[in-house]
Amino acid sequence: MSVTHDDVKHIADLARMSVSPERLDPLVNELNGILAHMEELEKVDTREIERVAEAAGADGIDSTPMRSDSSGPLLLLAPRESFAPAMRDGFFLVPRLATHEDAGDRSP
Amino acid sequence: MSDVVYRELTAASLASRIASGNMPAVDSVRGSFAQAKEIGASREKLNLILWSDEDLALRDAEKLTESMAAAGAGGRLAGVPVAIKDNIATLGLPTTCASRILAGYVSPFEATAVTRLRHEGAIVVAKTNMDEFAMGSSTENSAHGPARNPHDIRRVTGGSSGGSAAAVASGIVPIALGSETGGSVRQPAAFCGVVGVKPSYGRVSRYGLVAFASSLDQIGPLARNVDDAALAMEIIAGVDPKDSTSSDAAVEPYREQFISPATAHPLQGVTIGVPVEYFPETLDSGIRKLCERSFDLFRSLGATVLDVSLPHTSLAVPVYYIIAPAEASSNLARFDGVRYGARIAGSDGLRGMYGATRSDGFGAEVTRRILLGTYVLSAGYYDAYYKKAQAVRALITNDFSTVFNNGVNVLFTPTTPTTAFPIGAVTDPYEMYLSDIFTVPANLAGVPAMSIPIGREASLPVGGQIIAPRFCESMMFRVAYALEGALGGDAHQ
Repeated sequence: MSVTHDDVKHIADLARMSVSPERLDPLVNELNGILAHMEELEKVDTREIERVAEAAGADGIDSTPMRSDSSGPLLLLAPRESFAPAMRDGFFLVPRLATHEDAGDRSP
Repeated sequence: MSDVVYRELTAASLASRIASGNMPAVDSVRGSFAQAKEIGASREKLNLILWSDEDLALRDAEKLTESMAAAGAGGRLAGVPVAIKDNIATLGLPTTCASRILAGYVSPFEATAVTRLRHEGAIVVAKTNMDEFAMGSSTENSAHGPARNPHDIRRVTGGSSGGSAAAVASGIVPIALGSETGGSVRQPAAFCGVVGVKPSYGRVSRYGLVAFASSLDQIGPLARNVDDAALAMEIIAGVDPKDSTSSDAAVEPYREQFISPATAHPLQGVTIGVPVEYFPETLDSGIRKLCERSFDLFRSLGATVLDVSLPHTSLAVPVYYIIAPAEASSNLARFDGVRYGARIAGSDGLRGMYGATRSDGFGAEVTRRILLGTYVLSAGYYDAYYKKAQAVRALITNDFSTVFNNGVNVLFTPTTPTTAFPIGAVTDPYEMYLSDIFTVPANLAGVPAMSIPIGREASLPVGGQIIAPRFCESMMFRVAYALEGALGGDAHQ
């Protein structure tokens, strides 16, 4: 498996990042360089562990009990207006959606 | 402070002097700021501190003095200056993760670990430099430029909690908080010659720690000696209703008087495992010799030292650099220019704003990890990378369980494969990732580990790592106290 220019553009799009054209080549090389080291994992037999993981939990230490399903006041000691980039009438303001595609789902 | 030198006092002794009225809290704060000035902690020289405010700290000290007078007592950290890594929220103070995307952000809430330190009388004097969003092993990935090692300013502090480690090493504060995802407390502790603790996963509340990789992140203390680290751990450990991943397992005592038998052989009956995978032939010979000296001391203290194997160790770095970026790509989605932090308008409505804000706001390493994480989670690659990495992570965890279930109480290894490297010397991302090779496995397994100074190699500090079973911090500290005591001054020579 090797990352291509199109892959980088695609994942940048998924991550809501814009990648400048001059950064594209270096990023392709860097990601491929890093991912090459991950191939070692393919050689490891993990069939047994996958079966065990499905059957049991993590390490058997159960010390994080469920909290009660209730909400409390938001513990902010400064108003949202003090740190939000833009607000009006208690709502966060964002730029308008420029195209229909911005609405999210691109699948047919 | 006529007869005592601030930088030589431990947190425990500072607090007892201040709580008993033998030293004013404002003198302690002034001592900290004077030391920061003397060693050049500011941007122009060591570049350890992103924010500090002496007037505010002095006011905090005066308030503390009044409340101690009213209560007739002081806390366990009364008047002790502490430094906090800049990814840990401090109420009303900047919390920027050394990133442009959070430039100017002032936290409207506070991390539980910081609140607990303050409740015991600690005074926050600084927010410390770090790798942006804790992604790095050298504190070179800061939007504010690299931190410099006080032992040799041409070298890195290690990272990502480099500013906190160096602030402790240079005597500005006796205790600092850092955070760990793959070694970010222990590795800079080793490079700077201080003690650094990575608690068990779930031992310390993460409320207010800016999330990087949620299945790995922990807040941990850095200190000049084992006792101050144990004291800080006793204060910050324990369940927190604000963090549903914090454990309600009872917090054991960690300080020496409660856990160590007062005998000439305080490690009698303790078995210390030496994992052969952490001592490859390529290991720096000076680091190996210092570890061997520690083994001899362990034996003289009554411990049994034996070779063990953690066969999946070499897979830890590849596993880590799939899981951590994957989780980071999700956690860092919240920095989008909508609710807090910087916003760059861009050219194309909402999508343009997202892209412009995130691309301008994140530095090169953070961008690389977000893209890597997005890739390993994306359709068609999830099973091959992320799911596989989770399965191998279970094998790594099992390695630890197996040795600990077979009578080994703790493991001892070098903390890092090298001493602090020169600034700018490591340019390949994966080569940088390999500096975490001995620290990452404990994060993946969720077990506690700490680094303590075990000597010098070519005048640079070397750290030894003690790894214990999950929630067995007491045993880890018992071994650390014993080794620190046996090494004495040799720990820093």
